[in-house]
Amino acid sequence: MKLLTHNILTSNIIKGVTRGFPLKIKSSRLEVKEVDFNPDFILRILPKLDWSALRQAATEVGYGNGLPEELPSSLEGDDSLQKTIHNILLQVEIVEGELECPETGRKFPIQNGIPNMLLNEDEVS
Amino acid sequence: MASSGRPERQAPPELFYNETEARKYTSNSRMIEIQQKLSERAMELLALPEDTSCYILDIGCGSGLSGECLTDNDHVWVGMDISPHMLDIAREREVEGDIILGDMGDGMPFRPGSFDGVISISALQWLCNADKAFHKPAKRLYTFFSTLYGVLSRGARAVFQFYPENSSQIEMITQQAMKAGFTGGLVVDYPNSTKAKKMFLCLFAGGAHQQLPTGLGTDTVPQESSGASFSAFREKRKRGDRKPLKNSREWILQKKERRRKQGREVPVDTKYTGRKRKARF
Repeated sequence: MKLLTHNILTSNIIKGVTRGFPLKIKSSRLEVKEVDFNPDFILRILPKLDWSALRQAATEVGYGNGLPEELPSSLEGDDSLQKTIHNILLQVEIVEGELECPETGRKFPIQNGIPNMLLNEDEVS
Repeated sequence: MASSGRPERQAPPELFYNETEARKYTSNSRMIEIQQKLSERAMELLALPEDTSCYILDIGCGSGLSGECLTDNDHVWVGMDISPHMLDIAREREVEGDIILGDMGDGMPFRPGSFDGVISISALQWLCNADKAFHKPAKRLYTFFSTLYGVLSRGARAVFQFYPENSSQIEMITQQAMKAGFTGGLVVDYPNSTKAKKMFLCLFAGGAHQQLPTGLGTDTVPQESSGASFSAFREKRKRGDRKPLKNSREWILQKKERRRKQGREVPVDTKYTGRKRKARF
């Protein structure tokens, strides 16, 4: 699972959970995969991201270096920061680990890079 | 869909798409070709802005065949499926998108306004089944559509290609989608053909009013659907309405027109159509 997906994933489908974001990450195996750099996409997706959640997630998996505390208002022309963000969003992958709902503590396992978001009967809202 | 009947009748999706069934989506070239064609048409209906990379959700992504079509168009996607075996195949094929194991009937676990569009190939009909004792299809459809509406950005489209079993399923699906706030409706390609006919549910999440695209193979403008007039009189067949004589030019032209509407390849009509060949042939 990429950190971009983590940044939009919530656990608010569980009954009684209102926000369910950000999910806590526990990773036991990481991989870095080569993905083509697409600056257009990075610039388009940035306004939709929750920057503090991304920073926290990147720190949790050990890739927090080089991320500013506040996102600069414009990234156009800042190639190195764009590449850092590209690396964290799309190239770093959690292969084995766990996500945890911040409100209920319900754990979602990640196996073979696939987070399991299936709910039990009593959790469906 | 296999010719052996409807898979929804056989087992729930997480069990039906087992290892052997999932394997077919990498080895069976006919199934792959159908999936690709459907994804391309769905992409066309999605009408994303050209030359921009969008963030797309693929529901029922399976082995990632539809996702490949998205990658080819420079879009970034997230896929969701209920069958772990299909997702394992997707990992094996090293698809570009990220994949999540999840049940669409539980709702969409994403933040509001995340996606620029939604694509789904042959998945929606599975929601019409109650595979577990606590499943209520209408409620699951509503949960799905209402959470889906939330995760789309305003004005975004969601295109579902699906195989409804009967008209009441279509009604149930569209009713729940409209209840969740979507506008739009059904687009049918080649409505006159049993084989080439394909149904697409094309939904719009708010924004400015959008025109519903027309289906392929429907070149004649459909008659005013709201104003169908009924009359007690039984229409008598006039003499001129009779079927043309078999093998005559009119008969051939009619037959060609019918097959054209079914989306088949038909030679053009010329002055030679239906003429006898000369004796020297």
